[in-house]
Amino acid sequence: MGFFTPANEKVAADIASRYPRRRSAMIPLLHLAQEQEGWVTGPAMEQIAELTGTTPVEVLGTGSFYEMFKFHPVGRYLVNVCTNISCQLLGADDLLEHVESSLGVRAGSTTADGLFTVEEVECVAACTEAPCFTVNYRYFHRATADLFDEVVADIRAGRSPIGRGAAGDDGELPEHGILGRVRQHIPDDRRVGTTPPEQVTGPPAWLAADRAGEG
Amino acid sequence: MGSSYVTHAAGYVDYGGPKLVTSRFGFEDSHTLARSEATGGYVGLRAALDMRPPEVHGEVRDATLLGRGGAGFPAGVKWGFCPEGVWPRYLVVNGDESEPGTYKDRLLMERDPHQLIEGCLIACYALGLSQCFLYVRGEMALAQERIAIALNDAYAAGYVGRDILGTDFSVDIVLHWGAGAYIVGEETALIESLEGNRGMPRLKPPYFPAAIGLYGMPTIVNNVETLANLPWILEHGAAAYRRHGSESSPGTRMFAVSGHVNRPGVYEVEQGVTTFRDLFYGDDYCQGIREGHELKMFIPGGGSAPWFFQEHLDVALEATEISAAGSMLGSGAIIVMDDSTDAVKACHRLVRFFARESCGKCSPCREGTGWEEKILQRILDGHGRPSDIDLLLDVGDNISPGPYPVAAHDAEGLAAVPFPPQQTTICPLGPSSVAPIVSTIRRFRHEFEARITRGDGIPVAAAPANGGGAEA
Repeated sequence: MGFFTPANEKVAADIASRYPRRRSAMIPLLHLAQEQEGWVTGPAMEQIAELTGTTPVEVLGTGSFYEMFKFHPVGRYLVNVCTNISCQLLGADDLLEHVESSLGVRAGSTTADGLFTVEEVECVAACTEAPCFTVNYRYFHRATADLFDEVVADIRAGRSPIGRGAAGDDGELPEHGILGRVRQHIPDDRRVGTTPPEQVTGPPAWLAADRAGEG
Repeated sequence: MGSSYVTHAAGYVDYGGPKLVTSRFGFEDSHTLARSEATGGYVGLRAALDMRPPEVHGEVRDATLLGRGGAGFPAGVKWGFCPEGVWPRYLVVNGDESEPGTYKDRLLMERDPHQLIEGCLIACYALGLSQCFLYVRGEMALAQERIAIALNDAYAAGYVGRDILGTDFSVDIVLHWGAGAYIVGEETALIESLEGNRGMPRLKPPYFPAAIGLYGMPTIVNNVETLANLPWILEHGAAAYRRHGSESSPGTRMFAVSGHVNRPGVYEVEQGVTTFRDLFYGDDYCQGIREGHELKMFIPGGGSAPWFFQEHLDVALEATEISAAGSMLGSGAIIVMDDSTDAVKACHRLVRFFARESCGKCSPCREGTGWEEKILQRILDGHGRPSDIDLLLDVGDNISPGPYPVAAHDAEGLAAVPFPPQQTTICPLGPSSVAPIVSTIRRFRHEFEARITRGDGIPVAAAPANGGGAEA
């Protein structure tokens, strides 16, 4: 009955095991759900509630605070155009207008073929490389209308546009929902493990030993 | 992975200055463990492990390492606020960089994740922090990926986890990322978010994280750049660190200069030595304002900072000097605007940002930032009313009462007030929205008035002479 695939269920359990309190896994698990489905569905929230010891409405309550979580389907490629001050100074408003007119949708909506969703977003920390946009959170720096058209053409042709626009990103462009393509893995023989705070009685070993030596 | 990393640190400018935190940025593989180890990586950690934990803390305190997140509080002093006898203690790394104009933590995370990991380990060792949560901004996919790879490599190599480098020092570093909310960069909101809640700030006091933080336990929250300085300090010592920068602000800062300069970029600059004029016009740095234009104004420390003008160009890049001149160094984000910039429009854009990002917890901010945005929008649209300028100031006064910090140039003779100002809100987000309003109205009131009286939102004014019949 679960939402997560068996493989993702294991990932979810691993993520939850890293926190002293499992509710802390809420945002990582919402990301995992979005990675699997492209958006956060009702059944996903139900299972996340089970995994975090909360209710589905608490999951929605937390998740809806954060802009990256989508509670309705979005395009396979999320185009985020920054229009904050540094980008605006160098033409972000014109860039957004080009993005909207060339794709034929307003910011906040999705193209009819389900390929692109356009959003006008706040500063994404590429200010010296303005104006910039991201596609599925991969950066395109010093953007022009031509650069955007090339990126769109690449995506439509099935090519990776990564590397255009003097950005620092590399590799392929994943579909919406996938952020870092490599997960943290804590090997069992190296893992310290976590204890609920109420069960911790004193300082950690290295500090205790130092203090004992001091006294 | 397997793909080759083909690009260098986008935006970073190596001008030949000191490199305390950017020393590996010139290497294409700066983010790998191999490059880190080949260039002094984890040497600072080894040095720390040869010292007693209180000695490591003492070294950081002696270095006067000022926090790089925005408030500029000395890290060594902040570390001393953990109450005795309360365990466990946690480290939360603030990598939620989203202040408008700020671009440095992303670079540090993407380009040198091992330096950051090493800094986290040094902090944990010094204070007995038993677990570290590395909170990266949600939108930074590449940073998340590279930190994940770096952590996996560091665990395998024995730098992180159980019995680090054969000692009894053991700590897990957990990579965690957010999901798009500026306010989560505020340290108590960051903790709320990490606990699985909406990222709304907590009231201080009593919720100073060092005393009552994550899960109610003592928690150190440090910015990425702050922690990235630790390996250098431990490797070379506090005395060497203090030889860089100025007396009150040792070391370097990463400054992101964006906007209308010829060579925007991220520069690692010694604090207190360089002035804004050097930075904007120097051949080593930004090489001047773009052709045919002059400087109109600049923001010295991110979207939250009061604005500076021509007469502030000789202020040194250092927290106390900038505060004395009426603004703040903040997160090292410098936004340069030339004479082509519409002050009202720039003001509106920043205010809109704060209105969108207000978490909604405190009424003056939740309602006030929205009002400010709407008033500015109608002025831009040509529907402004003559009373709107004072109304803007009045709404701002409800969020941040009293004289707002303005540049010392001010003809009214106001003494400079240190940032942050008085506030009716829990956190500084609401008051930050007042910074662009007060800055622009004080300096460019005539631009607001021109917008209001011109009424250029009425289309008949632009109709052809014989086609519109606009004459009434």
